[in-house]
Amino acid sequence: MHAFKYHKPDTLAAALGGDGDDTRYLAGGQSLVAGMKLRLSQPSDVVDLAGLAELRGIRADAATVRIGAMMRHAEVAASADVRSRIPALADLAGGIGDRQVRNMGTLGGSLANNDPASDYPGAVLGLGATIVTSQRRLAADDYFIGLYETVLEPREVITAVEFPVPAKAAYVKFKNAASRFALVGVFVAQTAAGVRVAVTGAGGAGVFRVAEMEQALAKRWSPEAVKSIAVASDDLTSDIHASAEYRAHLVSVLAARAVAAAG
Amino acid sequence: MTDLTIGKSVLRKEDARFLTGSGQYTDDVVMPRQSYAYFLRSPYAHAAIRGVDLAGAREMPGVLAIYTGKDLPDAVGGLPCGWLITGTDGQPMKEPKHPLLAQGKVRHVGDPVAMVVADTFLAAKDAAERIEVDYEPLPAVVDVRDALAAGAPAVHAEAPGNVCYVWALGDKAATDAAFARAAHVTTLEFINNRLIPNAIEPRACNASYAKSDDSYTLYVASQNPHVERLLMTAFVLGLPEHKVRVIAPDVGGGFGSKIYLYAEETMCVWASKLVGRPIKWTAERSESFLSDAHGRDHFTKAELALDKDGKFLAMRVDTKASMGAYLSTFASCIPTILYATLLAGQYTTPAIHAQVTAVFTNTAPVDAYRGAGRPEATYVVERLVATAAREMKLSQDEIRRRNFIRTFPYATPVALTYDIGDYDACLDGAMQMADVAGFPARKAEAAKRGMLRGLGYSSYIEACGLAPSNIAGALGARAGLYEAGEVRVHPTGKVTVFTGSHSHGQGHETTFSQVVADRLGIGVDDVDVVHGDTGRIPFGMGTYGSRSLAVGGTAIVKALDKIEAKGRKIAAHLMEVSDTDVEFKDGRFTVKGTDKHVPFAQVALTAYVPHNYPLDKLEPGLDETAFYDPTNFTYPAGTHICEVEVDPETGTTKIVSFTACDDFGNIVNPMIVEGQVHGGLAQGIGQALLEGCVYDRESGQLLTGTYMDYAMPRADDLPNFKVDTRVTACTHNPLGVKGCGEAGAIGAPAAVINALCDALGVKDIEMPATPERVWRAARAARA
Repeated sequence: MHAFKYHKPDTLAAALGGDGDDTRYLAGGQSLVAGMKLRLSQPSDVVDLAGLAELRGIRADAATVRIGAMMRHAEVAASADVRSRIPALADLAGGIGDRQVRNMGTLGGSLANNDPASDYPGAVLGLGATIVTSQRRLAADDYFIGLYETVLEPREVITAVEFPVPAKAAYVKFKNAASRFALVGVFVAQTAAGVRVAVTGAGGAGVFRVAEMEQALAKRWSPEAVKSIAVASDDLTSDIHASAEYRAHLVSVLAARAVAAAG
Repeated sequence: MTDLTIGKSVLRKEDARFLTGSGQYTDDVVMPRQSYAYFLRSPYAHAAIRGVDLAGAREMPGVLAIYTGKDLPDAVGGLPCGWLITGTDGQPMKEPKHPLLAQGKVRHVGDPVAMVVADTFLAAKDAAERIEVDYEPLPAVVDVRDALAAGAPAVHAEAPGNVCYVWALGDKAATDAAFARAAHVTTLEFINNRLIPNAIEPRACNASYAKSDDSYTLYVASQNPHVERLLMTAFVLGLPEHKVRVIAPDVGGGFGSKIYLYAEETMCVWASKLVGRPIKWTAERSESFLSDAHGRDHFTKAELALDKDGKFLAMRVDTKASMGAYLSTFASCIPTILYATLLAGQYTTPAIHAQVTAVFTNTAPVDAYRGAGRPEATYVVERLVATAAREMKLSQDEIRRRNFIRTFPYATPVALTYDIGDYDACLDGAMQMADVAGFPARKAEAAKRGMLRGLGYSSYIEACGLAPSNIAGALGARAGLYEAGEVRVHPTGKVTVFTGSHSHGQGHETTFSQVVADRLGIGVDDVDVVHGDTGRIPFGMGTYGSRSLAVGGTAIVKALDKIEAKGRKIAAHLMEVSDTDVEFKDGRFTVKGTDKHVPFAQVALTAYVPHNYPLDKLEPGLDETAFYDPTNFTYPAGTHICEVEVDPETGTTKIVSFTACDDFGNIVNPMIVEGQVHGGLAQGIGQALLEGCVYDRESGQLLTGTYMDYAMPRADDLPNFKVDTRVTACTHNPLGVKGCGEAGAIGAPAAVINALCDALGVKDIEMPATPERVWRAARAARA
């Protein structure tokens, strides 16, 4: 790790200021710090968001669960509000990484980093959540661009995510044996705005929706409705862990299992 | 008199410090005026070095020295190989120089190019980033088949065709003749996947030079400090051996990877005098992946000839074994002496022929890794046997029973003589423990859930207790393979044992204490075991090949024999009888047939306070050393049975049950033995299902260079093991012990893959059997 300037502001306004020429925001540090230790990431300034009260907390009503961006995965998993309204989201958070990662990693950090194999993008896109930033409100469909790429501008910070409470939802993950990240993860949900199916881990450009499965499930909510729907492998990731063909196959299998799990 | 402890699960004496973080590992050692080294490594698998510009790096703060391959004087040699293999052409193996730092060329990703010494580790690393190396990338070969192809890039000019040697063992004519008359021939072709050892403690060293007496002290994470010192001083640096002290303190796992002499510690010793300050180096995890010696990496074609009744007639094996870019310390003997000699397995196969081609590739060196040749041999034998049984419609136990060796000693056609064993006992035991009888019902139940169940056997054998030095020498070893032990009785009767064996997780401090305590009739806590320090222990050969108790323990027993003999003379003097009338039992010297006795502690005190003592006939003191050279290998053997359940939709394999019934001879501490088996099984199952080192076949880049990409076995990948033992005592060492450290890793891979093949109804599946490979195999089997 190279030397860098460390800042820990008390207010969001202060966090958004500063004059570092290569500033990175530090949320839970589960990707950024590892990258810095490997010298893959060498920021001049690191702004730690851990002191910002406005990025914390969980508020819920009948229609929406709003989770502060700095909420740790373990906190989301343990939240009674999340558990009672969107159990699939609590399960997803409780299945991220390992205990250490869950106690440090945050919702906002995961979404800002947008690792193609991370879990939260599946829930955010699968539920059609709204990402609230220091500047604007972004629909999930407009937020993700590609691998580690989002529409966030420099000096734009995610402050919270608003998840609509679905009628049914489930997330099923097939883990990479080494990293335990999602080799493929499928999030299915019946929401007021319709059925959504989001796939993480598999996409060559990150998380994506499967329209054909959504249409099939809208007609008939059953595992059989999606099991035989194949996604094209052309745009899926092929690497030493799995071929695109296998990932495509898993999308269908996991989608069916997720529907079954959602009930 | 204390209770005897042999055969009891005495809690490990060393665990208190390990579990409370008070162990002393090499990285815990901090010397006054400590400096730190960082090694700049090649980013290319194969490249010519046109030039190295150090100007920018030298200006960096805190830099004390920077060395490249050009700075090494001619007197500094390359890293040596400790085993000479002579090829079928009568020529010695090719031994291209393995320089401490690359000279002219880099030959694998991670090959060290420069060493930076600085005030702090980060200063050294920052400076290394400023070194500008002008590389001319060259085509690379990482796969043995590619390396042997016509026109392949040459890793070394001295090794045409990238061949280090072609070696063979066994009677080829008899083998070919047996194949010609066989009723059935089973043929398999497979890769034994390359593994990265991944000890939890990375390699580390701390070297210092003392001007006061012109001596060096090296702390190093090593399994064999004397071997390390001998190789470093006599073969590389030309230093006087007696002026170098090597200390291997607590070591956090080795699995073979810390046997070898590496460039890093050798460079630190060499540079410590030039820099005039102690130099510490601790590998970062990425460096461990790139530069620790890897294991396995064989490509093998194997055939088994059988008669119509399933009796084995002959076995024919052709193996291409990767050596990596350079010959590591024992690389050459792993796919030969420790591999082909084990191809008889537990069976009476009368004719065996094996040919091994050792191949240089642009990869990290390959050497012994837990099991070292024997897992590869077991995989060949047990995959062939399982496949032959399926092809000939014999049950897995029946084909084994028809071929088991039952008469001992038994001379195999591949140079070993097994002293004893009872292979039926372990097979029977494993089958009962695994509830083989209930398997059809379990398989049917799983099928109802859409799952595929399979059962896999592996009846392995290993040659441990390395090794009779004369046999090893005749086979090319450039070292002896005895062990040394010293028993120092203190005046109060407490004992310190100095052993040449080295514990890096095995629990020697407890096991060896039990051996000594029982013999002397004292408590386990009255014995201290010292190891890992050339300044304190007699010249010892270290720990590998499951040799410590069988060879190191026997050396201690031989020293105890001398202690007892001398003690008898002292006691006879005290009791005024002839020493032939004195016997030693239950911790006291007794006049035979009487209750007249003196306790051991009194004899000890008398030896050091010799007021009433036969000084005219006997030296004072009670401190004896013994060197023990075994007369044969030991032959642990057993049967493992693995039961898997496969989800054909995803290809996920769950090990629902794993049984190991092993014969390790007599057992001193059952808990420690069970722990060794558990660890070995985890690594063996890791090889079968999870672990696989992958180099990019074009670029030679290591694609599995972090835990994000290299899958280590974790607790939730493994079942609760069912482990038990059967005992046939080794006939040629006094403890009757055989060794248990590697058995799990040797037996498990074949058991797992045989179970998968049974579940899927396929002939073979490549290791690691990842979900995708299993899914494809399941799909192909259905089609």
